[in-house]
Amino acid sequence: MSASTAAAARYEPVIGLEVHVELGTRTKMFCGCPTVFGAEPNTQVCPVCLGLPGSLPVANKAAIEATIRIGLALNCQIASWCRFARKNYFYPDMPKNFQISQYDEPLCTDGWLDIDVDGEVVRVGIERVHLEEDTGKTLHVGGATGRIHGATESLVDYNRAGIPLVEIVTKPVPGTGALAPVVARAYVAQLRELVRSLGVSDVRMEQGSMRCDVNTSLHRPDEPWGTRTETKNVNSLRSVERAVRAEMARQARVLAAGGTVTQETRHFHEDTGDTTSGRSKETATDYRYFPEPDLVPLAPDPQWVQTLRAGLPEPPRTRHRQLQVHWGLSDLDMQAIVNAGAVELIEATVAAGATPDAARKWWLQELSRQANEAGVELTALEVSPVSVAELQRLVDDGKLTDKLARTVLAGVVAGEGTPVEVMAARGLEVVSDEAALGAAVDAAIAANPEVAQRIRDGKVAAAGVLVGAVLRSTGGQADAKAVRELVLARLC
Amino acid sequence: MAAISRAEVAHLAHLARLAVTDEELDTFAGQLDVILQSVARVGEVAADDIPPTSHSVPLTNVLREDVVQPCLPREDVLAGAPDVAEDRFRVPRILDEEE
Repeated sequence: MSASTAAAARYEPVIGLEVHVELGTRTKMFCGCPTVFGAEPNTQVCPVCLGLPGSLPVANKAAIEATIRIGLALNCQIASWCRFARKNYFYPDMPKNFQISQYDEPLCTDGWLDIDVDGEVVRVGIERVHLEEDTGKTLHVGGATGRIHGATESLVDYNRAGIPLVEIVTKPVPGTGALAPVVARAYVAQLRELVRSLGVSDVRMEQGSMRCDVNTSLHRPDEPWGTRTETKNVNSLRSVERAVRAEMARQARVLAAGGTVTQETRHFHEDTGDTTSGRSKETATDYRYFPEPDLVPLAPDPQWVQTLRAGLPEPPRTRHRQLQVHWGLSDLDMQAIVNAGAVELIEATVAAGATPDAARKWWLQELSRQANEAGVELTALEVSPVSVAELQRLVDDGKLTDKLARTVLAGVVAGEGTPVEVMAARGLEVVSDEAALGAAVDAAIAANPEVAQRIRDGKVAAAGVLVGAVLRSTGGQADAKAVRELVLARLC
Repeated sequence: MAAISRAEVAHLAHLARLAVTDEELDTFAGQLDVILQSVARVGEVAADDIPPTSHSVPLTNVLREDVVQPCLPREDVLAGAPDVAEDRFRVPRILDEEE
């Protein structure tokens, strides 16, 4: 039993998620600077996003529409009137010394998202969806690791400062017990699919265009909810699940020892899977929010909202159900694919010629295992759907056994080339040459006369010994079934 | 009673990372108090039929199209930086007091 499962046996977890999505607009939230990822430092900035005196922000219509569409897709109410707010804080990631955000008047409120977990539907309430601007990127130097601890100075690139950022906040999610870590992951995976389907963001967690904060608390079943912690830096699906597990286990240890959980920000560490205490959070009053005087209020016209609603695409859940039927997969298999973030990978693999079941098997078993071992997301592996389909074709053509195919796949992931190239370079092709295989079988019979005799006497099960010998002598590159047939043909 | 305490002024100074002497705290607390008391008088005339006002112009939905505009050349961007390294703004490490 894992530590988080043990924690759930004694305490009820309540989780909550704050997800930030960087919108894929051409320009920033309040100025016309481009938003190209990976541009040279400080080349996509202007007086507005630098907060130079006299500059004035003007809101990006495309960003407002994208936020309303996200809100509508999450079954939210769209505010008929709302304002931006100034969040004041002292940190160099915003040159203005404040961030334009929304505070008590978010654009979208009170929605929900139904997610599929472990064969059940969990309805996650959405508290709010609001729009703000992203901050600059800070590089801490002088320390050993680039982290803030031990750093002596910070270098700041403001290209990201001002890019529209949507914050999606769930209501607290109680009652999920030991499944809480899986529910958290499934929510983020399915929210990502939803946002992607709207075409408003590329939602790439590894590039930071989707980022997560995870709130976790524990309480005894008959007591009020416990104090929650907010874990930051949770930037992959895998980490979302691990972070909730780690916090449940840690808080259970604290509570079991008679201690109290401190309300604080914690940092998640990919390498150890642990969380550590972060900076003490300034309280909301310390941010001294007030209505942004440089931006007039937003009052979305009901007609405009209706037009946006009419333009929403089919929800991913509907599409997933169609794919599931089309692919002939079980509910659990399909949910595993969705929650691994692998729908597109499987789709592309099937399009490249693999059967849905083969595609599912390679991605969710062998490749998921390799991704886990490497500590990365499935999508980050250096293997394309086309390669996976090619690999399966080699298996179907009898050129590779499943075992050899796994070895070839490891070579592909290691960057050695396409499956055909790896198979050729490593000499892994199944020995299908009848003459060569026949010679190996004859040699095995000659080397094991007693076994051969027993088979002649009708002990067919003894054939395994000879099959094993042939597989060894061919370096595992013979197909066991074919070898067995050859052995029996010679002796029976 | 004062509208703002000396301790509140000290807290605000800390949030803005301003070094303020004890004498300055006394001065600013007094000055801010006068300002706040004056502003508070506005509240005395507020009635139910006067909605809180955050903007003086009756406008909503001032939006721009998502069209790229020219940025500043990087040398102009960094000209305002206190110090520069690797084409970035170079600033002292923040958060040291919170670690």
